[in-house]
Amino acid sequence: MAAAPEILDLTHADRSLAQQVTPGRWEKMLSCIQCGTCTASCPAAPAMDLSPRRMWRMVQLGMTEEVLRSKSIWLCSLCYTCHVRCPRGIPLTETIVRLKELAIERGIVSSPQSGAFYRTFADVMRRYGRMREVEFMARYFLASNPLAALGFARLGLTMLARGKIGLEWPRLGGEGRLDRLFARVAELEGKR
Amino acid sequence: MRYIFYPGCSQEGTALEYRDSSLAVLRALGADVEELEDWTCCGASVAPVMSDLLGLVLPARNLALAEQQADGRDLLVVCSACYTNFRRTAATLAADRSLHDKVNQALEVENLTYQGTLTARHILDVLANDFGPEAVRARVQKPLEGLTVAPYYGCQTVRPYSPFDNGQRPTSMLPLLEALGVRVHRHPREASCCGTSLLMTKPEVGLTMAGAVLAACEGADCIVTVCPMCHMNLDAYQDKVSRLLGRTVRIPVLYLPQLMGLAFGLPREVLGLQRHVTPVSF
Ligand code: SF4
Ligand code: SF4
Repeated sequence: MAAAPEILDLTHADRSLAQQVTPGRWEKMLSCIQCGTCTASCPAAPAMDLSPRRMWRMVQLGMTEEVLRSKSIWLCSLCYTCHVRCPRGIPLTETIVRLKELAIERGIVSSPQSGAFYRTFADVMRRYGRMREVEFMARYFLASNPLAALGFARLGLTMLARGKIGLEWPRLGGEGRLDRLFARVAELEGKR
Repeated sequence: MRYIFYPGCSQEGTALEYRDSSLAVLRALGADVEELEDWTCCGASVAPVMSDLLGLVLPARNLALAEQQADGRDLLVVCSACYTNFRRTAATLAADRSLHDKVNQALEVENLTYQGTLTARHILDVLANDFGPEAVRARVQKPLEGLTVAPYYGCQTVRPYSPFDNGQRPTSMLPLLEALGVRVHRHPREASCCGTSLLMTKPEVGLTMAGAVLAACEGADCIVTVCPMCHMNLDAYQDKVSRLLGRTVRIPVLYLPQLMGLAFGLPREVLGLQRHVTPVSF
């Protein structure tokens, strides 16, 4: 009896993840040829648990949980190197952004620092309409790792002395500058 | 040349000197630059992660405002992340009518409508292509001869939405640097990543990336950059990078307009050279 051919058949793979996260034509993601250019180009790949190439195969196969739980998506710095080099023209960088969004939506952010970073930044942005760097950094470190703040304290003092940063009192009450726009977006996305 | 100017959040805080030196140099070149009124954050790398739509709406809000105020002018942007957000939004909405409509539904609460008629330009593009090396050379009063400069473009200045340079091997800074009289230190990390927010969320990984750039620039008297995030990561963490590499790395990092301002003979205080973490000693 002839052995079954060892071919990875994507015909019946669960395509829901690729469909949800690939901007534009999701079939693009199915065209990945596993060449590894993305991994070889990625400055964060050495620190990742799933290399980009493996991750894209897992997206093709619909392995949602494993991909969303990976450290890799939080290590992407949005450098767009893989994006411009992928021979299939898959918009990889923006696909990772969608994976991050999905992980936050499902409450499975494997990196507490990244979770705190995005939450705090969005909150300061919504409140003031513009970033207040000092308030953001203070709140980010409190929320993520107060000990790490000590490592940054000396740098903070240097920047204060050089006039690079200034101190502003936080404004806590009242309506935030972008509250209405954020609420409208959530409404349009059916998130509320 | 007339521009409507989107400073971006860092240029009101840690990168104030980038805004001041950019305005000073553009004015010295004869540009007319007016700040966009009522601008808000472009969303940085954060809004697109919080929600796909929010990541388009926040840039579109500023683009819509700029369309109202532009009167035919291009939108001048100095931060590469803002630049990418504006160009990504313009390209995405131009290709997707229904998404464009949805963005405008959101903008209703701000009484704004985005048309899609405006072009966002990076300051490097403007300096290299609207003015160019000849105009720059004509303005130089103190040629910076004897200074060796390592150009650093970073990622989002040149890719993937940037039409004015090669996304992997950019060269647009070279003629400008030559016009200032400096020697150029070419290196393999000119368009590599500075580490972005990983310096805060995953310091070991971010410092490795910033360290690789700094190491490639060793031998130069300074690094020249055109993005506030790149500047912060290369300028402010040299102590930590030195500890990581096991040797002292100390290279001043200047914004391109600061270097141009020096050659133009503009006052150092206007250029804000004293604001950097790594002191500028020349
Ligand atoms: S570079 Fe593109 S085609 Fe090659 S493995 Fe990565 S995603 Fe697949
Ligand atoms: S965009 Fe992200 S995944 Fe792609 S090469 Fe850069 S860091 Fe790696």
